[in-house]
Amino acid sequence: MSDAQVVEQSAAEVDESGRRSARNVLVGILATGVAGLLAVYLVGDRDPGLVTQAIATGILLGGVYALVSVGLTLIFGVLGIVNFAQGSMLTLSMYLVLSLVQSVGMPVYVATLLAVPVMFGLGYVLQLTLLNKLTLSGNHEGPLLMTLGLSLLIVNVLLMVFSGRPQSVGTAIEGSLRVFGALLSWERIVAFLGAVAVTIALTVILRRTSFGLSIRAVASNPGGAALVGVNVGRVYALTFGIGAACVAVAGGLMAPLVSMTPTVGEEFTILAFVIVVLGGLGNVFGAMIGGLIIGLVQTVGSLYLPGTGSLILVFGVFVLTLFLRPQGIFGGAR
Amino acid sequence: MSRPVETATEHAPAPGQDSPGWVRDRRARLQYAALGVVMVVMAVMPYGLTDRGESIAVRTLIIAILAIGWNLMSGYGGLFSFGHAAFFGIGAYTDAYLVVEHGISPWIAMVVGAVIAALAGTLIAYLCLRYRLAGAYFALATFAFAQLFLLVVQNVEALGKTEGFNLEILPEDSWWMMQFESGSSNYFWIPAALLGLSLALVIAFTHSRTGQRVAAVRDDEVAAESLGISVMRHRLVPVALSCMISAVAGAYYTQYYFYVGPQQGFGAAVSVEAIVPAVIGGIGTVWGPVVGALVVGPLAELITELLRSPPDSLSFLQGLTGLDVAVYAVLLIVIVRFMPRGIFGTLQRWRRR
Repeated sequence: MSDAQVVEQSAAEVDESGRRSARNVLVGILATGVAGLLAVYLVGDRDPGLVTQAIATGILLGGVYALVSVGLTLIFGVLGIVNFAQGSMLTLSMYLVLSLVQSVGMPVYVATLLAVPVMFGLGYVLQLTLLNKLTLSGNHEGPLLMTLGLSLLIVNVLLMVFSGRPQSVGTAIEGSLRVFGALLSWERIVAFLGAVAVTIALTVILRRTSFGLSIRAVASNPGGAALVGVNVGRVYALTFGIGAACVAVAGGLMAPLVSMTPTVGEEFTILAFVIVVLGGLGNVFGAMIGGLIIGLVQTVGSLYLPGTGSLILVFGVFVLTLFLRPQGIFGGAR
Repeated sequence: MSRPVETATEHAPAPGQDSPGWVRDRRARLQYAALGVVMVVMAVMPYGLTDRGESIAVRTLIIAILAIGWNLMSGYGGLFSFGHAAFFGIGAYTDAYLVVEHGISPWIAMVVGAVIAALAGTLIAYLCLRYRLAGAYFALATFAFAQLFLLVVQNVEALGKTEGFNLEILPEDSWWMMQFESGSSNYFWIPAALLGLSLALVIAFTHSRTGQRVAAVRDDEVAAESLGISVMRHRLVPVALSCMISAVAGAYYTQYYFYVGPQQGFGAAVSVEAIVPAVIGGIGTVWGPVVGALVVGPLAELITELLRSPPDSLSFLQGLTGLDVAVYAVLLIVIVRFMPRGIFGTLQRWRRR
């Protein structure tokens, strides 16, 4: 057996065992989750109706969280940088939708469709002009500082233009749906379905198209990808653009659900980061599962810890992940 | 993993070997001399300052101390912290808690806070390093811890929840309780002295053998380890020192403003205030954070002033919030993109050519 084969085989083994352990962890987490939810029902000392409501809301919320995180994890997986401006880009797209709704009287979801290419373009240009040189030079701090600067700039420019007064886009769709006694507004359901659809579409693009192939090539080995004719800088810019577009979709879908202030997205930077770490940095599917878990933790947790208290639980999950499985649920060996 | 930063190591022989003493000493002597000049300037400064000028100067000093702390860990240690608010906040809250609830002297509270912050910082860094969280991952882990602390403080009764702590104003001057009549120059001299101490510590540290080893570990962990340098220990030493210095800045914040709340102590804005001056001035240089603070501190005040009563030509600025932070966000972006060594780092490089 030649050396190359040995290497290949052992790599395959590592891959296989990594996948197996990821499966075990997923099963473990599912079991813990179900057991935890059952415990809340049986001995949780809360009205079962409320618990069902919290779980349903949590799952729907988790879908949208997942979408924000997918953008973040994609950017990290390909460019190796953590986009600190993810949350403020979310806010920016919400305000974009808001201005379209207020000035032209456009329906929220149509405005979202318009916001997506705008945010994509913005992400593309930002990466090309400000970030590419830093990313290609290979240090971590430069891009991180740059996205921090962008985040501060976006939030404060929004503050100057729109002031800190809370605003709302109004209702997008009236009515709600009753599922197992839980009342779910159509807006939340649309947000969830939209988020899932975009995530699936993205996965398909990454796995099945030649463009997806070049993204994956750059992610695994930029030097090699450049050698076979991939324009690495352009792939970086496109990836950042896609990350921004994900956020634009999420922003539009969430706009009817929140009261908008320039800092509304800040919380999402850290939530998305927690989700991404939980799912495994750079793993799109992991981000979806992580999003659902964090959504559930937050809504079910708020039955016990009102206000900002439920966020403490979210950070509890984060700290546990860091110390028990720092590579995340679906992360291979780092 | 980190960008090569300007330090003495570039010109000194590899750590672990005996470098000729006078090389290190001459460079250190120059730094101490510069520090001496700065201290003399600061000693006479209050005589030329209005009350308003003094409050800006104190604010700048607090930012400078915080940034010096950040720079020690992130510039010299190579562990990028995005959550220095955690340690600033521990300093501020320990001071407030001990002074308000137990009537303990702020001087003691300051030291206690520094020790707690150093322990917390070392523990966090140790746990992160144990799991090989490096680079951006480490940065956001520290950010998450700062947010966690913020949430905990907001939800714990004994720490004043969202209200924070108000210090009692004493009727008479007291060095022991660090209280003087309003506008007293002592309020300037105390942080000036703390700044001097921090800088002296940084200079001594970077020229010490430990400091050289720390730089070696930062620049090439594997090579350093192969020379027999304990990587973990030399990663944690600058973290502990850094957290101590930042906590002292926090404690003085509480003392000067007689108040600290969750956002003033642990808010994300505080972490940003630690990073921005150091980046603008020059990461990994002794004087970078000070230069950066001299830019950021007065600039923020100037813009706030401008917004409050703009001249006629700029009247549209009236009451516009957010401009101050937006301006230094632009400054940060420009510096990171075009001058990654910062103001002081770039000047230093020109001079050496």
